[in-house]
Amino acid sequence: MATPLQTPLQTHSTMTSEALVAVIFLPLLGACAAVMPGRFPARLGIVAGLLPLPGLLVAVTLAVWHDGPAWLELGGWAAPLGIRLFVDPLAVLMLWMVAIIGGIAAAHAWFDFPPGTGTGQKFWPLWLLLISAMNALFLSADLFNLYVCLELVTLTAIPLIALAGSKTAIRASMRYLLLALLASLLYLLGVALLYNATGTLDLYLVSDGLGAAPPMVVTTALALISLGLLLKGAVFPLHIWLPQAHASAPGPVSAVLSALVVKTAIYLLYRLWLWSVPATVAAEGALTLLAVLGAGALLYGGVLALLQERLKLVIAYSTVAQLGYLLLILPMASSSAWPIAWQGGTYQLLSHGLAKAAMFLAAANILHGLGSDRLSDLQRLDQRQPLSLFALAMAGVSIMGLPPSGGFLAKWLLLEATWRSGQWWLLAVLVAGSLLAAAYVFRILAATLRRDDPTEARPAAETRSIPAAQTACALLLALLALAAGFAAAPLLEFIEAGTPGTWSSP
Amino acid sequence: MSFGWQALPLHIILVSVVTAILIFALGEQRQHTRTLLNLAGALLKLLLILIMLLAIQAGATFEFRLPLLPGLDLLLHADRLTMLFATLSALLWLVTTVYAIGYLEQSPNRARFFGFFSLCVAATMGVASAGNLFTFFIFYELLTLATWPLVVHRGTPEAFAAGRLYLAYTLAGGVLLLIGLVWLHTLAGAGDFIIDGSLAPIAAGNENALRGVFVLLMLGFGVKAALLPLHSWLPRAMVAPAPVSALLHAVAVVKAGAFGLVRLVQDVFGFELAASLGLTDLLAWMAAATIIYGSVLALKQNDLKRRLAYSTVSQVSYIALGVATGSVLATVGGLVHLVNQGLTKITLFFCAGNYAEAYGIHKVEELDGLGERMPVTSVCFTLGALGMIGVPPLAGFITKWHLGAGAITAGAPWVIAVLVASTLLNAAYFLPIVQRIWFRPLPEEMAQRHDRLGRIRRAALITPTVFVAVASLGAGLLAGIPGSPLFWVVRLVGVEGP
Repeated sequence: MATPLQTPLQTHSTMTSEALVAVIFLPLLGACAAVMPGRFPARLGIVAGLLPLPGLLVAVTLAVWHDGPAWLELGGWAAPLGIRLFVDPLAVLMLWMVAIIGGIAAAHAWFDFPPGTGTGQKFWPLWLLLISAMNALFLSADLFNLYVCLELVTLTAIPLIALAGSKTAIRASMRYLLLALLASLLYLLGVALLYNATGTLDLYLVSDGLGAAPPMVVTTALALISLGLLLKGAVFPLHIWLPQAHASAPGPVSAVLSALVVKTAIYLLYRLWLWSVPATVAAEGALTLLAVLGAGALLYGGVLALLQERLKLVIAYSTVAQLGYLLLILPMASSSAWPIAWQGGTYQLLSHGLAKAAMFLAAANILHGLGSDRLSDLQRLDQRQPLSLFALAMAGVSIMGLPPSGGFLAKWLLLEATWRSGQWWLLAVLVAGSLLAAAYVFRILAATLRRDDPTEARPAAETRSIPAAQTACALLLALLALAAGFAAAPLLEFIEAGTPGTWSSP
Repeated sequence: MSFGWQALPLHIILVSVVTAILIFALGEQRQHTRTLLNLAGALLKLLLILIMLLAIQAGATFEFRLPLLPGLDLLLHADRLTMLFATLSALLWLVTTVYAIGYLEQSPNRARFFGFFSLCVAATMGVASAGNLFTFFIFYELLTLATWPLVVHRGTPEAFAAGRLYLAYTLAGGVLLLIGLVWLHTLAGAGDFIIDGSLAPIAAGNENALRGVFVLLMLGFGVKAALLPLHSWLPRAMVAPAPVSALLHAVAVVKAGAFGLVRLVQDVFGFELAASLGLTDLLAWMAAATIIYGSVLALKQNDLKRRLAYSTVSQVSYIALGVATGSVLATVGGLVHLVNQGLTKITLFFCAGNYAEAYGIHKVEELDGLGERMPVTSVCFTLGALGMIGVPPLAGFITKWHLGAGAITAGAPWVIAVLVASTLLNAAYFLPIVQRIWFRPLPEEMAQRHDRLGRIRRAALITPTVFVAVASLGAGLLAGIPGSPLFWVVRLVGVEGP
């Protein structure tokens, strides 16, 4: 299967190259501006750092659509010496998710962290740096650069959690920090071993050296890198840091953490196992092991989500569960159903991102309005915050994988792939996972419709009002998750063109 | 993909969706606007369906196609079976809306109620006009989502328990259906499944796989159609307000399941193929068992709505029985029951709602002598009960006559025995109620009480009740004239049937 690139593909026109560089550096420059005191530079930095991203991505998308995956050599230095960027449909998809989810979450954060004020002064540089680091990560082709990006992502995400200020948030971010540092060390150790064995750090050239390297070293290196990534990606049973961290972060931060930040580690696992390591018999064992972890995540996360008493914790455990789907596709990599599995996996990546971000933003609005996100305090939410509930419910439909939503189409593709490849245990896990998801989503919805005393009069003005724009942000993301249930055909065609193993150098 | 005249089925669905969104947006307080909007939406929908009906009679075809996945389209179309179900649901939506406006006067959360009510009807329309099983599944699951808030509407612990049970059954059924569909998709490849006999070419060598698919789909549809081991959610769902029960039983959920069974036998497999695999016998036996079992349990119920619910469990299986028996006459019997049961059962539920709203009466034994207090409702109830039993020339008789005659032509005389047993049981659980209403004296304490309805509410409740009662009477008495449900079904089967 995965035929790694032996010869570089064509380099795109300079305009595309510049667009790609701008995607990384505009948010970075924005972060620099946001550090400066005063309201104007902060606002300018945010707007200039985030707003142009979709426009730039249109150009990148068109180029990749027409010419296929491409390399970009920064400063004109070629492969083993220089730094290379790599852009393919998967990378483009991730960049779009950062631009859209990051952008909408930023609009939501604008109200809680007004630029130029005390908290805003701390918030926005970190936020823009995080966006920049994620964009760089999705484009990097070099294992060491990826380490740097991964560190930047972690080190900007953690203070964003701590900005919530509560004791739980500080404690959760501390735990996240310690485990993430451990993960980084593991990753770095693995990379060093791999470099020693193969003599290259290029993600897409590593495979050339693997054959000649001592198998023990390669195995150890891959195991260490994977372990580091599993820890950063909060894959069961290494997820322990995630629920508290994601649940106690400020709303927009939770959204970006669940929808994007943990996905960076999963993305690198994909790159490592589907691009760098050619599928051999040994690799198949590893892929199955990863899928077993995914299955564990799906079931364990689902059950724990069902037991939580706080809305944001339910959503956070749901993230633990939903990440499992992304690993479940791996054992199908060598089957004939792989293109379908790959489409299902990546579509799940997208749908979960949109739906989960919508849920966290809606939960933030609810928490802000009611002063609590305990499920028992959510009574009569349909009268108190109908639009936030609507967003929560629509996103929940996608999380459950019920139509019409992106989550449903992803689930259909995953089911079809497992059926075609005859992986019955995966089919059973998928079904169990989606029933668990239905159970915990409907548990939330039931809590919001409950009225302890049906004769009780209309509630007094106990609800704090939310800026309409914040409600609109949650609603917009939920609508996008819904729209993903209708606009899949062109997107999947684009994704399919980048299926690992099916494209090779021209 | 065109959104014009060709896409009329889509627009008919969208009418209800837009109505729902506007109702949600209006909020709780704007009662008059909401009522106006509700009625306008229902009328517009009925009008569009009539236009479509006329166009189809004139030979027009409708199709809307939107690719969702490679090889899988959202396909909406309109064939005669679509029109049968669509006309029924649009008509009963209008009637039930009027009834619900009267029924829910003064009660909380009406915006939520009417919003999901409209969504529910939109999903039913989608089920009716689905041109392939993939589309069918989408709307079938949407129906589950849209009805859950209605089932738990009262917000009591009992309602939530019923809601949980409802979800457990329907979502599990949805999973079976989904697995069956994926299996069928891998067998038959891309394509629209609802085409006559489209599976016949791949049948050779795949017999057991197709049997597996059929059983999975049958169980998936069977949950909503309340087939025997899968029926327990239905009586529990009776905690919902009366208009919801009426809609669930007569138009939306139960009927969607039965409609799915009809599509499965007639359009996905084709009767010939299903029969040659021995599958129609399986369905017929399950339906027969459900008919008897539901009736026996109905006998034991003291709560009026629960008795009606078990009656539904029993009656809806006539549809499956007719389709599974397979001869033209039996199919006519089954399909016409789709309409007859709908009209008759909705009459009964409206009456039960009227009794509950006027005097707070829920139990069968409290109905003594109510005939003199609520004559109109009681006459309607009696008509409905007699119709259900199948007293000639009412609607139920038309069904049973065709089913029986069809069973003989199909060489399955045991069906007659089921019909006779069921009729006796129907009589055994309906006639005592009728006897109580008309021939028992009104209890002392009831004589002192006045009903709780105002003049306007009474009109809003009684008018729809009378309307559906007359319609169900007409479906039986006037079955022979052009335009009756029987007339449509005969044409439908004559053109497309086995």
